[in-house]
Amino acid sequence: MGVWKHRGKVAVAGWGQSPIDRRWDGKSLDKTMGAYAMLASQRAIEDAGLTLDDIDGVITSPETRVGDTWAPRPFFAPPYDSEDGITQVSSEWLIKQMGLKKVTYIDSNAPHIGRMMGKAAQTIADGLCKVVLVIYPMGNIEGRYEQGGTNQNAGDYARGNSAFTATWGYQSGAQMNALICHQQYCRKYGKHHDMLGPFVINQRRNGLLTPWGFYSQQEPYQITMEDYLNSRFVSEPLRVLDCDRPVIACAAFLFTTAERAKTMKQPPVYVLNHTQENNRPRSTMYTLEEAQEWTRSLGKMIWEGSGLGPKDIDVFNPYDGYSTFTQLFLEGFQWHGVKEGEALDFYQGDLRVEGPHPYCSGGGNLGTGRTRAALFSDSIEQLRGAAGKRQIQIRCETALAGCNNPGGSGWILFSKHPS
Amino acid sequence: MPKQIPVPTEFAKPFWDAANQKKLVVQRCTACNTLHYPPKQKCDKCASTTPLEWKEVKGQGHILEYFVIRDSRIRRLQADQPLNLAVITLDEDPGLNFLSNLPGTPVGEVPVGSPVEVLFEPVEGSDQLIPEWQVIKQPASSRRTRKA
Repeated sequence: MGVWKHRGKVAVAGWGQSPIDRRWDGKSLDKTMGAYAMLASQRAIEDAGLTLDDIDGVITSPETRVGDTWAPRPFFAPPYDSEDGITQVSSEWLIKQMGLKKVTYIDSNAPHIGRMMGKAAQTIADGLCKVVLVIYPMGNIEGRYEQGGTNQNAGDYARGNSAFTATWGYQSGAQMNALICHQQYCRKYGKHHDMLGPFVINQRRNGLLTPWGFYSQQEPYQITMEDYLNSRFVSEPLRVLDCDRPVIACAAFLFTTAERAKTMKQPPVYVLNHTQENNRPRSTMYTLEEAQEWTRSLGKMIWEGSGLGPKDIDVFNPYDGYSTFTQLFLEGFQWHGVKEGEALDFYQGDLRVEGPHPYCSGGGNLGTGRTRAALFSDSIEQLRGAAGKRQIQIRCETALAGCNNPGGSGWILFSKHPS
Repeated sequence: MPKQIPVPTEFAKPFWDAANQKKLVVQRCTACNTLHYPPKQKCDKCASTTPLEWKEVKGQGHILEYFVIRDSRIRRLQADQPLNLAVITLDEDPGLNFLSNLPGTPVGEVPVGSPVEVLFEPVEGSDQLIPEWQVIKQPASSRRTRKA
């Protein structure tokens, strides 16, 4: 495999974030997922000092995690006369609504943001376009999550492969398989679920230091260990505070060549490597042993392709959609020397951004709401020196961010310098 | 407990037909001998195009791990919450695992590591039997009970 041949030749030149709400209210057409995607895109373009005509590529993902379709509820007048713009935002929809006239590269079916960021970097590296706009809208509509519309959860039948899982109550790999794995982890290493508490609390703290985040905007108070321990169980021992909160928001990022980025408004954030995994479990549920093998492999791939090692990573933003699997990434990449079985002890130490181990400095999903984008935007802001109160106090030259759960994640390694 | 009713796909139908005969079957690759569950279209271990065959197994296993469902998104289960959701490894190949609600085991009092055996239960509203697993009675002194 060797070092990624485009190492340091691609850069992020712009970032934009929309407002963030708990749900779309079903009527405000200036607060739809589509409206927020346009707003985030405009902000990213302004951030880079570009114009609409500089954009020649648009990439997005249909994995907006809304959970349900808007239908069978009635649609609205164009452009909100279909799911497009409401529960998803295709590149074609965005291009038309924003009037992007120079786009020649279009992808509306990219994977989730963890893999999509790497895909965007590779798209530029391969010369498929010169300035690519990456949008990641995430949504949440009225009603209980994944129980409305035509959702299978609301029905009587478990169809397709879910016949082998949903029949017994399995509904989410990120929640349930990761929890089984976490239970195995605690048993193997003699740890307890409650040891996740300090991590969850610190995520909220970092989220409250993120001006655009859901909690800093909508619920601006810190949670305590008592709050954590008293929060209700969703899947015991998984508490509701171990779970991110679905929100509606959109983030946008602009990738271009390193050479071109140097002429733009912001200091370039260079890409040193990206990697994606697509691991499948042997059987119904992946086990701790499988997950650890996958995360070890991720580490090897990111180090080999970048020429760096664990000690070279300053900012580290692993995914935290549920608190239960983040430790596997921490141990897989051995950030700050944390080895297998040590993460929950590490969580009992100083994780604050002001301290020596500013773990998940962006606050992730648990701290900002389920955008999945804070992992990446914080990494970019940290390297720009623009993270405000979250700015880490240790060396800040590289950042590693990735999403989502073990087996299906994608990672990107940023740097302040091209080599 | 009114679970969701499994709807067999064509290639997985033999599994559900066997369950209706109170038999537990998994797939076996005739090229590399690897066992598979849940059913697959082809062997992903050796990538052989040889069709997978169905093989009856003894239906004995052990509880790998579990948690307690307290807020399911699956509507049919909501009235019966809380309920155990356990992962069972198959003794004949511990790399294969099955899900179970562990009928007969009190919620949150799951003896992780204990041996279990398969049984077949009806799903409310259908004629389909599904495999479930129950703890094999052991002397109290040899059990390990673990709270979720």
